[in-house]
Amino acid sequence: MTGVARIYRWEIAKLAAQKRTLLGLGGASIVPVIFVVVLQIQSGGPNDVPLGRYIRDSGLVTPFVVLLFMSIWGLPLIAALVAGDIVAAESHNGTLKTILTRSRDRGQVFVGKVLASFTYTTLVVFAMGLIGVAAGSIAWGFNPFTSLSGTRVSAGTGFALLLVSLAVYLVPLLAIASFGLFLSTTTRNSAGSVVGTLMWALLMQLIGVLPGTETIRPYLLGTQFDAWHGLLRTPTDWSPIVRALWLSALYAGIPLAVAYLVFLRRDVAGD
Amino acid sequence: MSAALPVVARGLVKRYGEIAAVDGVDLSVEPGDVFGYLGPNGAGKTSSLRMLLGLIRPTAGEALLFGRDPLRDGARALDGVAGFVEGPRFYPYLSGRRNLRLLADYDEPASRSRIDEVLETVELRDRAKDRVGGYSHGMRQRLGIAASLLRDPKLLLLDEPATGLDPAGMRDMRDLIRRLAQNGLTIMLSSHLLNEVEELCNRVAIIRKGRIIYQGGLHELMGQAAGGYQLRTPELERARTICLNQNGITEVALDGESLNFVADEDAVGALSIALGQARVPILKLAPHGDSLEDLFLQLTGGESSDHDREAVAS
Repeated sequence: MTGVARIYRWEIAKLAAQKRTLLGLGGASIVPVIFVVVLQIQSGGPNDVPLGRYIRDSGLVTPFVVLLFMSIWGLPLIAALVAGDIVAAESHNGTLKTILTRSRDRGQVFVGKVLASFTYTTLVVFAMGLIGVAAGSIAWGFNPFTSLSGTRVSAGTGFALLLVSLAVYLVPLLAIASFGLFLSTTTRNSAGSVVGTLMWALLMQLIGVLPGTETIRPYLLGTQFDAWHGLLRTPTDWSPIVRALWLSALYAGIPLAVAYLVFLRRDVAGD
Repeated sequence: MSAALPVVARGLVKRYGEIAAVDGVDLSVEPGDVFGYLGPNGAGKTSSLRMLLGLIRPTAGEALLFGRDPLRDGARALDGVAGFVEGPRFYPYLSGRRNLRLLADYDEPASRSRIDEVLETVELRDRAKDRVGGYSHGMRQRLGIAASLLRDPKLLLLDEPATGLDPAGMRDMRDLIRRLAQNGLTIMLSSHLLNEVEELCNRVAIIRKGRIIYQGGLHELMGQAAGGYQLRTPELERARTICLNQNGITEVALDGESLNFVADEDAVGALSIALGQARVPILKLAPHGDSLEDLFLQLTGGESSDHDREAVAS
């Protein structure tokens, strides 16, 4: 195993031992279950969102609808919870100097932390999606459903589309996590970084709904959370997906590059 | 040219805005030294050690460990070097043993095989299964030493290793440092406790307000400090006359029931013979007990160490 791989393994172990990780993962897992239970008790439905009318047709619709609700602040918050903490917490409790006086270069330590926080974010999105399918299918069955362009999608194809959609949805969320890592590295304050990252995510959504922002709207990070809709159209609309990929790469790359350079040079001293 | 020295600092400066925490420090630690880095709190000890370990960037000057610069060579500059600043820190939610396993993996996984051995050395093997969150201060300090020894270092940099320990813990820590030094480790330790440095170190540097005001052997320093003697005798007047006429005895002064003077050891020996020949009884003839303390206070301008300051504050 290389140095980065060993660091990554320990970063995962550290995350697994911390409450906030389990809180985030637990939150992401319980939301679709609560959603399904509420809809089972009540007769109405989320008719004003895409696919909302078909929620009781198939359990496969559940994760898609939950994604729509969670993209405003739920998932950004859960991603920020770990990304905003992962450098700042070690800075605060002094363990950063403990690991930086061993045989690994700072660059390797940083890369290990980025990979660990991306892994957690990925896990959160897929846990939410898959638990959503499971809960929804128990309630309403694993059936074919009607896509956004009104075509019938078989359960098998629908499940494959869900997995790809989760992956496409993950991309801008990783950009949010990258911003969290940037704040975590530069501010050294865990709570501030988590809140700051959430503010950043909300701002990206807010600018998008203001009048007069139509021209820049396709390039806002918030918009990229809807890119997966293209997968549920016939024929598949790839253009928002392609845009989400390169734009998220920019939204992730710039803060990560700055954070990396800061991390390499910064003074590691007590608070 | 011989192999590079364990520690060399040249013109080391660390400035925080207007304030120079370290202001042109030159240091050299020789192989086998137990080097005491002595100074009041805020004098720049910890900042110097941080620069040596590559944790903070010097504003000017350079710090070399065995000839390697942490700024230029990154983690490789710490090959053969281990230590901690401001007390060792661990992951409180992991056990002592898991913390060491983690740190071994941040070095070379092969060093995992040494975990039992280093836990044994610091007498923590019984508690290794427990979370570090439940450790006492002394146990954490000892785990810090264990984590350092895991690297099988040739040079150990320790920042106030015995601070905050109870008397038994202090004694254990000093015994441990002495044992490690006997095994050939070069040790640089910062301290504001004079008796600790006096007990452990062969060479010292004294830092005050970011500048080195003394560097050299402990014995030479003691030599500077020494020279103050106290003589007790029932015949003060006659003794005083003899002292005044004796070569190498200076600054003779009456202090209550005794005489104080300054002299080197040879002169003191000659004086004792002269007193004996003159049948002047000697009740006590001894160096001032806390002469190093006096010298330290004198060199550092009488600033109290943070120990005293804390005591006053609390």
